[in-house]
Amino acid sequence: MKNKIVTIALSAAMGLMATTAMAGTLEDVVAKGYVQCGVTTGVAGFALPDADNNWAGLDVDYCKALASAIFNDPDAVRYTPLNSSERFAAMSSGEVDLLSRVTTWTMSRDTQLGMNFTGTMFYDGQGFMVRKDSGITSPSELSGAAVCIQTGTTTELNAADYFAANNLEYNPVVFVDRDEVVKAYQDGRCDVYTTDASGLAANRSGFADPSAHVILDEIISKEPLAPVVRQGDDTWFNIARWTYFALVNAEELGITSANVDEMLGSDNPSVKRLLGVEGDFGASLGLSKDWAYQIVKNVGNYGEIFERNVGVNTPLALERGVNALWTNGGLQYAPPIR
Amino acid sequence: MADLRNNHNLAPKPSFFNDPKVRSIFYQLVVMAIIIAFVYVVATNTAANLAAQNKSTGFDFFLQPASFDINFTLIPFDRTSYYWEAFVVGMLNTLLVSVIGVIFATLLGFMLGIARLSNNWIIAKLAMVYVEIIRNVPLLLQLFFWYTVVLKAMPGVKNSFEWFGGFVLNNRGFSFPKPMPDETFNLVFIAFFIAVIGAFALKYWARKRLEQTGNRFPVFWASIGLLIAFPVVVWLISGANLAFETPELKGFNYKGGLTLPSEFLALLFGLIIYTTAFIAEIVRSGIVAVDKGQTEAAQSLGLKDGDRLRLVIIPQAMRVIIPPLTSQFLNLTKNSSLAAAIGYPDLVSVFMQTTLNQTGRAVEIVFITMMVYLTLSLITSVFMNWYNARVAMVER
Repeated sequence: MKNKIVTIALSAAMGLMATTAMAGTLEDVVAKGYVQCGVTTGVAGFALPDADNNWAGLDVDYCKALASAIFNDPDAVRYTPLNSSERFAAMSSGEVDLLSRVTTWTMSRDTQLGMNFTGTMFYDGQGFMVRKDSGITSPSELSGAAVCIQTGTTTELNAADYFAANNLEYNPVVFVDRDEVVKAYQDGRCDVYTTDASGLAANRSGFADPSAHVILDEIISKEPLAPVVRQGDDTWFNIARWTYFALVNAEELGITSANVDEMLGSDNPSVKRLLGVEGDFGASLGLSKDWAYQIVKNVGNYGEIFERNVGVNTPLALERGVNALWTNGGLQYAPPIR
Repeated sequence: MADLRNNHNLAPKPSFFNDPKVRSIFYQLVVMAIIIAFVYVVATNTAANLAAQNKSTGFDFFLQPASFDINFTLIPFDRTSYYWEAFVVGMLNTLLVSVIGVIFATLLGFMLGIARLSNNWIIAKLAMVYVEIIRNVPLLLQLFFWYTVVLKAMPGVKNSFEWFGGFVLNNRGFSFPKPMPDETFNLVFIAFFIAVIGAFALKYWARKRLEQTGNRFPVFWASIGLLIAFPVVVWLISGANLAFETPELKGFNYKGGLTLPSEFLALLFGLIIYTTAFIAEIVRSGIVAVDKGQTEAAQSLGLKDGDRLRLVIIPQAMRVIIPPLTSQFLNLTKNSSLAAAIGYPDLVSVFMQTTLNQTGRAVEIVFITMMVYLTLSLITSVFMNWYNARVAMVER
């Protein structure tokens, strides 16, 4: 009897002792055969299931690029839609392998949450959307306004900073769910909806009458949106970071999903190194030699991803702006592969 | 020799290992050890995992500035306030909606429960339909429903309903004049307090008189009169001034006065309507549980209908009603945590959503939040148990 109890207690204790493996994400991913990617619950242009229930968007394409680099299969991804208030817990619990989820890179998140940001996929800034008939043209006219915000975001803090700095009164109405925020704004609960400017454009594109709403020109914050991995797993961090760099480098070198096969015969050493024709840079990531070739072949380069999901020909109609390559006066810049 | 003889009367002493007393102590110790080991393992494992995840831990965040705003607070709060103040704001908001909810749900629940037993067919059936619909639809859906109703059915700010030049209702909430008493007005509050004591004294005196002379005294109406008349007389004599700050439309919104935001109204409404249905059933069951003979006995004593309910039926029904009623009070308080879904800044919304996200201290904050609900529930239970003991039947 006594032995039985001790055995049960010990096995229970052993079960609890088994800590979630924090290192070796790549091994785990290869073993299960897919990347578990944390995305938004639905922001057009970034991550939203389409009519066939396939996820699409800029964030989603990044996950596909990562899956291509590892498996040569852009569909070896499973998506976990997460609220802004759930996302970091989902990361630290190991529920997802990475977060590609319009998440702003801030110092406190980088240093206190046990997270690492891999690289800015999208340079954004916080803006305001108001109804056109309100006649508002600048955020400085918003004194006394009711403002709809999603909880647990940098948006919430930026709004508090902005209104305090400008001595304006405001009335924050915060919701956990982004859909609830947008619905409350549409129902007239708020005069203003504030989030990242790209998010405003995304939400407006889904309104019944988008032209009845204006996004104010003024941007009140820096919102570098970056994919996130867990701290303490450098191999996985490197893969995630260089997936992004490969996308940017490919655009800079003029390699697209259409011409990538031709480019294999290019004489440009930079192109040769990126596509794995010369040297083996994949090995140091724990990947195959042609990891970047697979990314571009399956998903395209950064510019293609941008134009496909949020560019001027999409409902979001965003200009490249600061997200242009550094060679075109933008901020997108990747270290060389050599 | 004497010892030996005494031993004959005792049961044969079992061996040490078969002694039931020893065994029971042994197993209790084993269970205790397992529980302690379990708690220890969970605690150390959590701490080790958090450290392995490179996360900041601890409760020091309470003294850091919160740097966010909250739109409905009972104490002053802005972005320079600390996280512990945000915690207090959330807790007070939870308490506010719970206390008001409990009061109204109890009143309405009693009315509805009695209505279900009404001899009037329509009233009884209407009450039944209400109870069956409301208690069989999930509360979260009802909250979304009421919130949508509040937002969609109410006019925008520019077309607000206005009554008596100060009561304003629109989709932002309900605004009303804010009383601004001057200092001498304190006398009126003191007068009211004295009147309350007077009302109790009056009740005591009337009871004595009833026992001695058999004459009744209209205590209820006299007390109401006392509670109103005395403060008003003091107000007029002292010359205290009570000004009102009325809400006025300025720019986007009404400014001044006091405002209950639509989220608060929707949550309160939803909680009251939902809990009322359950309380009505409890009240009905309590009354039905009182034997019909009690009614007949009261009637044969010649008690009037009101007295029969008040003196015979209700006191006996209360013994059945109070324990499940306590559960409903606890449910209402805990259900108020659904507030986050519709944007009311309660404890869960302010502390477990916003604060948790901005600080990342998930384990600490979830633990504190659970402790708060546990404490609120235990306090409610202690109070209700005390009340239950008071109304319990005294067995003779």
